[in-house]
Amino acid sequence: MTSILLVAEFDEQGDVTQGALQAITAAKSLSDAQVTAVVAGDASGSASSLAVDGVVTVSAIAAADNGIFEQVTADLAALVVSSSPDVVIFSKSDFGSVVGARLAFRLDAALAADCIEISGSGGSVSVTRPVYGGSALAEFEIASSPAVLTLRAGAFEPTGDTGSPSVESHDGEATVEQRALVSDTVAEAHESVRLEDADFVVSGGRGLGGPEPFSVLTDLANVLGGAVGASRAACDAGWIDHSHQVGLTGKTVSPDVYIAVAISGASQHMAGCSSSRAIVAINKDGDSNIFKEARFGVVGDWEKVLPSFLATVRDLKA
Amino acid sequence: MTLRIVVLAKQVPDPETPPSQFKIDESTNSVLPPNGVPPVVNGFDLNAVEAALQLRDAGADVEITVLSVGSEFVMDAMKKPLAMGADRLVLVDDEGLDRIDAAATVKVLAAAIEKDGPFDLILGGRQASDWDQAHVTLGLAEVLGLPLVSLVQKLELDGDSIALRRVIPDGYQVVSAPTPSVLTITNELGEPRYPNLRGIMQASRKKPEIFSLVDLGLSDSDLSPKLELKRLYVPESNRQVELIEGDDEADSGVKLALRLRKEKLI
Ligand SMILES: Cc1cc2nc3c(=O)[nH]c(=O)nc-3n(C[C@H](O)[C@H](O)[C@H](O)COP(=O)(O)OP(=O)(O)OC[C@H]3O[C@@H](n4cnc5c(N)ncnc54)[C@H](O)[C@@H]3O)c2cc1C
Repeated sequence: MTSILLVAEFDEQGDVTQGALQAITAAKSLSDAQVTAVVAGDASGSASSLAVDGVVTVSAIAAADNGIFEQVTADLAALVVSSSPDVVIFSKSDFGSVVGARLAFRLDAALAADCIEISGSGGSVSVTRPVYGGSALAEFEIASSPAVLTLRAGAFEPTGDTGSPSVESHDGEATVEQRALVSDTVAEAHESVRLEDADFVVSGGRGLGGPEPFSVLTDLANVLGGAVGASRAACDAGWIDHSHQVGLTGKTVSPDVYIAVAISGASQHMAGCSSSRAIVAINKDGDSNIFKEARFGVVGDWEKVLPSFLATVRDLKA
Repeated sequence: MTLRIVVLAKQVPDPETPPSQFKIDESTNSVLPPNGVPPVVNGFDLNAVEAALQLRDAGADVEITVLSVGSEFVMDAMKKPLAMGADRLVLVDDEGLDRIDAAATVKVLAAAIEKDGPFDLILGGRQASDWDQAHVTLGLAEVLGLPLVSLVQKLELDGDSIALRRVIPDGYQVVSAPTPSVLTITNELGEPRYPNLRGIMQASRKKPEIFSLVDLGLSDSDLSPKLELKRLYVPESNRQVELIEGDDEADSGVKLALRLRKEKLI
């Protein structure tokens, strides 16, 4: 048997995240998996139908924590010590990246981040993760327990199953001192369609040459009912806010259609969009890497290609 | 009082190496150094050096130490932080230290900080561009028992504490951290400055201070990996692009839209 503690995140509406549903699929691929989901106390409602064997609710995960996950790290560490799972699984979200790493180092456990494949059983877990920005893949074996893993968004299909797990609550630990304190959270206004959830993403890169062309990309995204993305080069240049960055150190998107305009297709960019159903590239350099990843492409200057493309899409959608 | 800052920096293969030059020796599971492309300091670590220099620019009395663990250091690369304006370069240089995992790296860094510290601030880049894990700086905070703030895009001294902005997926958090703390710095902070001629001259005269594992009271047995690397390889891509060609570029745009419609993609 492989006992797995799966740390499931919920969104602001209290719905389980896609990342958590993907993690369930991943967890169940381990041999003879016994999956316990750990959830925030006040999300136990939606957790009671998760396709897992058990649910443990921990109140501190939800409690508005004005530190940076210090309380929840302490609570999870205590839970891991008391339940000694073989594997602990997180999504590679902001929360999962920080808490997964802290938990592993606190417990002197093995840690593998951003896994795209996992297999094996407790005591011998194999993982595959992209390295060197996605230029290479590395396979590791972890022979100690617990193995702490974070999973890349979109690498596993979200489970469509439901279940009726037993629900238990775990008492939080004594309140830990919050040392770095969050005094305010400022949200950037985002479009009606969230980038991560969009079925169509129109992204622009350095080849756009400035901020103005993003308004054409926005028009196209609006006609398609999608969202606007960007390469890191375009964000670093200040042409568009960093919250639009797609890639290894930006957002992971998996739309039906990903339209890359004047983006070279560096591996670190593709890391954020390679699970799109179809990638469409417009780039003036026929040798650029984006054409190795795209399903459809036009070799040409975006200034000449994009206006007629937009007009035709508009007609087709009218 | 001088604020002592240590910036963690790693020597990595240049991530801008063209894909055609990126090669792996599958018999040793390692990346072959690309011909004629020298290694660099990990880009996000230069953002961390920049963060430290910005505190100095804002008037703080800071001493900036750059600390790296590895072997086969290329001084032209490693001296870049000094040329940008850092004061000291400390290298833990021993055979095989370029191949240890994150857990072992944290042990070596903790020992080096113990020996060379105490420091008021420990800064690292958000992740290294070779193994892309983002574990070392986070793990170091745990091992040293210090507060941690990741993904810092802005920082300012505010009395005895540091006022920070931390990037979150759709915005930022305003955070106050005490000293000492561990911070990871992200590229949203802004481009690292280019070294000027004076900085380059000064850096060329500075000698790195070098520790061996023995100097830190460590031996190879302290550095056994938690993860065993079984295979490292370049994935094959078998995607075949369909290029759409019209009479001219504008016509290509029209035909592309029609093709996507035919495929029921739009
Ligand atoms: C550790 C690490 C993490 C990273 N994370 C990310 C990440 O999350 N996301 C990300 O995007 N990048 C990331 N990068 C950076 C990445 O390596 C590339 O540098 C970046 O993606 C390049 O952006 P770009 O394609 O817009 O620019 P470039 O590579 O400069 O490409 C511009 C393209 O525009 C084309 N072009 C120019 N003019 C025109 C025109 N008139 N018409 C049509 N095409 C034109 C050119 O042919 C070229 O292909 C990361 C790098 C590192 C080292």
